[in-house]
Amino acid sequence: MKLLRTGLQEIETAQELEKFISENENVMVCCGRMGPMCLPVYDVMEELEEERSNVKFKVMAFDNPEAAVIRNAPECRGFMGLPFTMYYKNGKVAHATSSIQNMQQITGILDTYFGK
Amino acid sequence: MDEVFDVIIIGAGAAGLTAGIYTSRAKLSTLILNEGAVGGQMVLTEEIANYPGVETIKGYELANTMKNQAKSFGCKIKSNIKISKYNFEDEVKEIELTDGRKFKSRTIILTPGGRPRPLNIEGEETFKGRGISYCATCDGDFFTGKEVVVVGGGNSALEEAVALTKYATKVTIVHQFDKFQAFEHAIQEASKNPKIAFLMESELRGFYGNGQLQKVEIEHLPSAKKRELKTDGTFIFVGYQPNTESLESLVELNSRGEIVVNSEMKTNVKGIFAAGDCINKKYRQVTTAVAEGTIAALSASEYLR
Repeated sequence: MKLLRTGLQEIETAQELEKFISENENVMVCCGRMGPMCLPVYDVMEELEEERSNVKFKVMAFDNPEAAVIRNAPECRGFMGLPFTMYYKNGKVAHATSSIQNMQQITGILDTYFGK
Repeated sequence: MDEVFDVIIIGAGAAGLTAGIYTSRAKLSTLILNEGAVGGQMVLTEEIANYPGVETIKGYELANTMKNQAKSFGCKIKSNIKISKYNFEDEVKEIELTDGRKFKSRTIILTPGGRPRPLNIEGEETFKGRGISYCATCDGDFFTGKEVVVVGGGNSALEEAVALTKYATKVTIVHQFDKFQAFEHAIQEASKNPKIAFLMESELRGFYGNGQLQKVEIEHLPSAKKRELKTDGTFIFVGYQPNTESLESLVELNSRGEIVVNSEMKTNVKGIFAAGDCINKKYRQVTTAVAEGTIAALSASEYLR
């Protein structure tokens, strides 16, 4: 069941996430709620989706039990702020952030890990 | 030839979106340029219960409705852009973005809003999302069974401190003055909560931990004595600062960096208006921003006639 109302495609199961990151070289997944720290990140992703064809952008609901795969990821240990944002390169976690990030911070991460 | 808009609005919070609704509905060609996410501070509010005519609504839902209203009247919105240059000197004003795009307009309405004021002390950036938060609604449940610190003495600080007691075993409010600025009902609510403790006339000096926030340093201002307090989290609610740094030499600002406007929301520059959290005023509410956005839009319309 979809829980997020964004302009981005929502991943609903851990299996779907696994398949998606294995089939795409560069993937950014924002795992959050419809809350004030998450919405700005979704907004940035929606804008970047039009500009960055080398990256696939997805969201996953933090309260979806299937999102445990992100919530409990070793890269998210110590995270105490929504959203948890994951950057996957060739199926592996390249980077992860906690809490709100702005356009500059996100594009900086995309440039570093996925190239311009 | 470049399109010249009737109105360009800088910012898409409550004031900017309202101005956009009014000007575009008045058939003035309108463009909103927004450096952040649409909705501004409105989306930081979990629930709005004092917007007349609406019993309760989530902040992002109200923002979304305003955005759709503006768009339905033909208002164009470009968000997540970065402005590099303003030219307000000529009759037709010009705004240039960092990507080189230029936009021209006969009038400008400045509604850049404000942002949560950081403490700007050691460790703040390091522990953001690892114990430091600016939103109790978003992150409160990460602190279930833990002890947290809340910094601030206004309505947000006290209301969020009470909200955090749903999760935390203890909430310590650290406030720099000997009295709170919050409304009486918020003070009473916090004071009677057994989980809340108060450290008055005190300020945080630093955040420390090992990958995760573990303690804060607090200075008691009258005695200048410093102490460490073990904590799992800190929520910062010390007000907002106007997003006007880039407007410093272009329009008159007061000592707090707020844009000086008259009752018609006119700045000291012809054809430039301002509204919302960025202007010189005492109360910052969605309703006041909406009212000022309306006035700015009507003043801009009158200027164009």
